[in-house]
Amino acid sequence: MTWVSAIVHGILLGGVYALLASGLALMFGVMRIINLAHGSLALVGAYMSFLITEHLGISPYLSLAIVLPGALIVGYALQRTVLERSLRAGPLVPLLTTFGLLIVIANLLQYFFSPDVHSLDEGSIGLKAISVSNELAIPWFDVLTFGVAVVVLVGLQLVLRYTQVGRELRATAEDADTAELVGINARAVYARATAVAVATAALAGVFYGMRSGFDPNAGASELLYAFEAVVIGGMGSLWGTLVGGVVLGVAQLVGAQINNEYFALSGHLVFLVVLVARTALGVRGVGFRIRFVRRSVA
Amino acid sequence: MKPLLSVDELDVRHGLLQAVRQVSFEVGEGETLALVGANGAGKTTLLRAIAGAHRPAGGRIRFDGRDITTLAAHRRVRRGIALVPEGRRLFPGLTVEENLRVAAGAGRDGAWDLERVLEVFPLLAPLRRTRAASLSGGEQQATAIGRALMTNPRLLLLDEVSLGLAPVVVERVYESIAGLLEGGVAILLVEQDLARAMRVADRVVCMLEGRIVLEGSRGELTREQVTDAYFGLGRAEATA
Repeated sequence: MTWVSAIVHGILLGGVYALLASGLALMFGVMRIINLAHGSLALVGAYMSFLITEHLGISPYLSLAIVLPGALIVGYALQRTVLERSLRAGPLVPLLTTFGLLIVIANLLQYFFSPDVHSLDEGSIGLKAISVSNELAIPWFDVLTFGVAVVVLVGLQLVLRYTQVGRELRATAEDADTAELVGINARAVYARATAVAVATAALAGVFYGMRSGFDPNAGASELLYAFEAVVIGGMGSLWGTLVGGVVLGVAQLVGAQINNEYFALSGHLVFLVVLVARTALGVRGVGFRIRFVRRSVA
Repeated sequence: MKPLLSVDELDVRHGLLQAVRQVSFEVGEGETLALVGANGAGKTTLLRAIAGAHRPAGGRIRFDGRDITTLAAHRRVRRGIALVPEGRRLFPGLTVEENLRVAAGAGRDGAWDLERVLEVFPLLAPLRRTRAASLSGGEQQATAIGRALMTNPRLLLLDEVSLGLAPVVVERVYESIAGLLEGGVAILLVEQDLARAMRVADRVVCMLEGRIVLEGSRGELTREQVTDAYFGLGRAEATA
């Protein structure tokens, strides 16, 4: 693989991370919840898609018509029953709650689906690629994944920016008590945000499942990369999350180009450098600073 | 006059501190009532309890004949109660227009919309796309009042709208409030400036250490009576 191809594939890999990270960024941005179970919820989406494709004989793409509405309901219920209560107990409790959820989900998946690796069939698109040169071929499926990530992130950003639902979400994120005083049902807003976040997780999970095999414990490792994308991108910013995912993907594949073993390491190093730069030097975001959360009260 | 809001033996606590003790009063349809008292007398807490931001420990709040004591704040907005909170509390990352429009979603239907608010507060018109965080104090206050109006309230709760504003700006804010009165909106306002409170209000209620110590309509109260009650001097009594 040449350097150019490492960068091109890195950008596309970044789309995978950004797709998973978008829901993470949304929940952190709106509620300051760090959802450690986000990767596990993505896996649940992948397993649900697997069940549907097995039983109904439809493609994973069509299975989204059932998986996504289901994920919306699960997310809404999760917020109203579990997360809402833990939020009331302080900022640390949701972290512990979602950590517990991660373990419970991994064990349930292991119980029902065995620890074996499953996979989803991406269809004929998986065999096709755009060949740019002899050394560079871009798989169509990667382009599709990146496109879906962009559509999700741009879509979320547009909704936040231009709709009443979006305004209510941003207002609640900034000051939930005052939002109530102007007639916004803050708890319903939170539940809606979690519902959307879980749906994006499930979407990311299905694409992840088509891209590579998955087992009940894949949630935690995927979550790590998604987290790094969110942090590199500036914590809770949607555009930044896309940039963060791309930076991470490029770092990993350029690292792997130097030495195959450097794949994960080089990604972590870039993450660390950004983290240190941000905390020590006060640098924020990676160029894109369209953050929708500002906690400072005028 | 039929009472729009009636507060009955209300108790509100902040942990161990009892901020509001056995407070009872009424606000009639279209009436302006001023709540005066020293810092820490419980005025802000009382307003926030009426708006639904604090759950009272005892007593009842009725609005338009219905008990709203346990109703969530956002539902009270739908019934027609709007609070302009102390310190304005705008959404700093949202623009002026967004701050106004976000409040329109859940409020009642009525005459107030973006256009009319910008008409009443012309200073906001050129600032529609400016973030609330970068507004001056007077502009912020106008936005905060406008935001409350966007919900088409029947009862407007104003908490220290003159705090931190230049006298000229305060004058302008009160002028626009006077305009609201013609619309039949009832107003319950907390004001530090006693003279101003007694000038704009139909009735004045004075609080001391969480209790109502003096209540009367504008004509029947003298400035001295209110000042005495304000500081807890003497035993000034007056009937409403």
